[in-house]
Amino acid sequence: MKCDGLMNPEVSKTSERVHQRIPSGCAISGMMSEEGRRIDGRVIIKSIACMHDRSNGLGGGFAAYGIYPKRKHQYAFHMMYDNVEAKEATEEIFKDIFNVDMDEPIPTHRENGISNPPLLWRYFLEAPENKLEFISERDYVMKMVMRINSEVEGAFVASSGKNMGAFKGVGYPEDIGKFYKLEDYSAYIWTAHGRFPTNTPGWWGGAHPFTLLDWSVVHNGEISSYGINKRYLEMYGYRLELRTDTEVIAYLFDLLVRRHKLPIDKAVMSLASPFWKDIDRMEPEQKKIATAIRQVYGSSLLNGPFSIILGHSRGMIGLNDRIKLRPMTAARKDDMLYMASEESAIREIAPDLDEVWSPRAGTAVIGTLKEEVE
Amino acid sequence: MESQLPAEFMVNVDHERCRRCKRCVINCSFSAIEFKDKVTPNHRLCVACHRCATFCPEGAITITENPLEYKYGYNWTPEIRKNILKQAESGGIILTGMGNPRPYPIYWDHMLIDACQVTNPSIDPLREPMELRTYLGAKPECVEFDSEHISLETELAPQVKLDIPVVFAAMSYGAISLNAHKALAMAAKRMGTLMNTGEGGLHEELASYTDRIIVQVASGRFGVTSKYLNNSALVEIKIGQGAKPGIGGHLPGEKVGEDISKTRMIPVGTDALSPAPHHDIYSIEDLSQLIYAIKETTDYKKPVSVKIAAVHNVAAIASGIVRAGADIVMIDGFRGGTGAAPMVIRDHVGIPIELALAAVDERLRQEGIRNRASILVGGSIRQSADVVKAIALGADACVIGTASLIAMGCRVCQKCYTGNCAWGIATQKPELVRRLNPEIAADRLCNLLTAWGHEIQEVLGSLGINAIESLRGSRERLRGVGLPQEALDILGIKHAGIGQ
Ligand code: SF4
Ligand code: SF4
Repeated sequence: MKCDGLMNPEVSKTSERVHQRIPSGCAISGMMSEEGRRIDGRVIIKSIACMHDRSNGLGGGFAAYGIYPKRKHQYAFHMMYDNVEAKEATEEIFKDIFNVDMDEPIPTHRENGISNPPLLWRYFLEAPENKLEFISERDYVMKMVMRINSEVEGAFVASSGKNMGAFKGVGYPEDIGKFYKLEDYSAYIWTAHGRFPTNTPGWWGGAHPFTLLDWSVVHNGEISSYGINKRYLEMYGYRLELRTDTEVIAYLFDLLVRRHKLPIDKAVMSLASPFWKDIDRMEPEQKKIATAIRQVYGSSLLNGPFSIILGHSRGMIGLNDRIKLRPMTAARKDDMLYMASEESAIREIAPDLDEVWSPRAGTAVIGTLKEEVE
Repeated sequence: MESQLPAEFMVNVDHERCRRCKRCVINCSFSAIEFKDKVTPNHRLCVACHRCATFCPEGAITITENPLEYKYGYNWTPEIRKNILKQAESGGIILTGMGNPRPYPIYWDHMLIDACQVTNPSIDPLREPMELRTYLGAKPECVEFDSEHISLETELAPQVKLDIPVVFAAMSYGAISLNAHKALAMAAKRMGTLMNTGEGGLHEELASYTDRIIVQVASGRFGVTSKYLNNSALVEIKIGQGAKPGIGGHLPGEKVGEDISKTRMIPVGTDALSPAPHHDIYSIEDLSQLIYAIKETTDYKKPVSVKIAAVHNVAAIASGIVRAGADIVMIDGFRGGTGAAPMVIRDHVGIPIELALAAVDERLRQEGIRNRASILVGGSIRQSADVVKAIALGADACVIGTASLIAMGCRVCQKCYTGNCAWGIATQKPELVRRLNPEIAADRLCNLLTAWGHEIQEVLGSLGINAIESLRGSRERLRGVGLPQEALDILGIKHAGIGQ
């Protein structure tokens, strides 16, 4: 709360101070409709706002899936620019590497305490055929994302997937949500994050979610195995220059699921693998799989305290570290799946639930869109 | 020629306390103590092995350095002068044992480990699982599943399980005694790790430990049969050794008794010569052929390791070895021990294991083939902290030779090549070998590994991680102190004081 007082003097009224407690890190929340029903952004804002005390105003953000149905075959790039030069430099590169079908400013609402936003612009892009002779389309787009992030001073790709987008910045998540006018977007998956930064400076690009292509990650915690996760990813051409540990999670999913084609549950197993003592007691076939995954994917094991919600175009995954050092609650109501740091954040938007549970350490909650949903 | 060499040590006997039991006389295998009315030392012969002092019931013996002063000379140190005197008298290469004792920088001692505070909690190894299990062997880039996403399609290359990432180094039967071999095998089995036969073949009494034994194929090919290769946890091709890169081995005929002759498959009393190169390996293709010959012989069921000395070009060599098909690369640093080596080689050839390891791990990553082989490193791993730092630099596991001998009683007197080891380790003389009780020595080895295991777990806990694979290659958790920028760059670490 000390930071609160410094950064946002107005929120810390004397009368309230008596009830202040030490906040315990970040807040995350996620919701999806398995039927693919689209829900507007006010709901998720309400949920994350309920956990106001878990963030300190230095970062908030949202990922939304299904928001650009009319342009769902194009890559939607949400860009953050520190200045006009960065925008020009990036657009120069875009012209070279993509077909730009449309570009426009990301609509924002300017009167609510969000200060100094960067230039926010979005582009709907296609990868030109002639560039894809020796490389798959997604590998190509991934490479270009890496290139812009590391080569263009002051430019940052906030999201780069199809029919999805990330909306993030410095501020409390509920303020960021209003700033981006999320009430105007409808999505079948929403994830949200309120940030309490410790080890990375509070800048707009550093807010969650972190994304790559369709992957988005909101994360509460710290990855103590960052050093080796990073070196492992670098072996496969990922460039990790954001100086934050959350991006490794997004990239690891990209590597394991998209490029190595691991089924989601096996990818999750390699990121938060069971303990050897439990593997040794598994049925032979299961044991063989779990052993092979640990042997091969030791460097992708995420170690340290974390709870994450991962979004992708076909679903949402919640995951805790192997000894559950960060909180996570999950719930269901009809076709809706909810996950959040605190149960209250779910009850706030769905008071009447069919089922509420605390996922066990290292055990993923996997939500998948019904197959018939487009 | 009458020797002009002064004694290196003085054996001081307190005759008031001495009760003339003569235990020291019996125990000194270097004939440095006689009994003439009273205990009478011959200082010149003393090697400071501490055997007499340890076994004197009255504590009447101390060994001190000969206080004989030399006129100071920064350049002409007493050691250099003594070596010249020795060679002027003998005309020969100076032989020595154990590892390089010279004051080259020890990079381990210039690296510090990170720990968690507040933002990422540390983990208490007494309450939470803390996993050290490690598998040695080639890993595929990814695992594949069938179209149903249920069963595993990838068949992994053979993997050898280690319960602790520390294995015993190659020391041949011949260089060390059968009792020492037995102790290492027993301890390896009990601790879930491995011992290594070295190049001297496998004594039949160790048959029941073969799933915990690395069998070596060196240039002398002693005792190599298909049965030998198949009775193993893994097979190691020895190209070089840290203490004597580019140099072969020589076990003098006197040491080749009945038993050694059988194990090595050479006639009793003949010198066992290991040529400097393998006479069938003159290039990387030849090495590849030998690797695959061994894999064929063992039906692709054993990982094949290739051991090399850390030399200047080690990264490129290691990359070639991995591409040649090795499942494991074992790198032996310039401070690694030996039973016998020319001093000029031991003290002046090779490079530190810390730098070699960092260079190799980085190179294999740049080439995208780090997963294709495990990296084992040795060459003066002295304590659990060295193990932690080595793993953080990128090793899969460490190899300990000298440390394991010290645990059994070795005093690092560097006289292994004489065959007179007073502690029953580096000797074949039955009366000396008998001094080493394999059961007790095995207990001591197990204690050492158990202690190190606990210490490694403590460090992992303080790093906030609970599996050794999250440390492996995680150089971000190391910082250098007092190292020049070049060394930091090679080690791939930042200087202390720099945050993330
Ligand atoms: S050689 Fe060893 S046993 Fe002999 S006198 Fe010296 S210290 Fe004692
Ligand atoms: S093994 Fe024996 S001879 Fe060699 S250094 Fe140790 S105590 Fe000395």
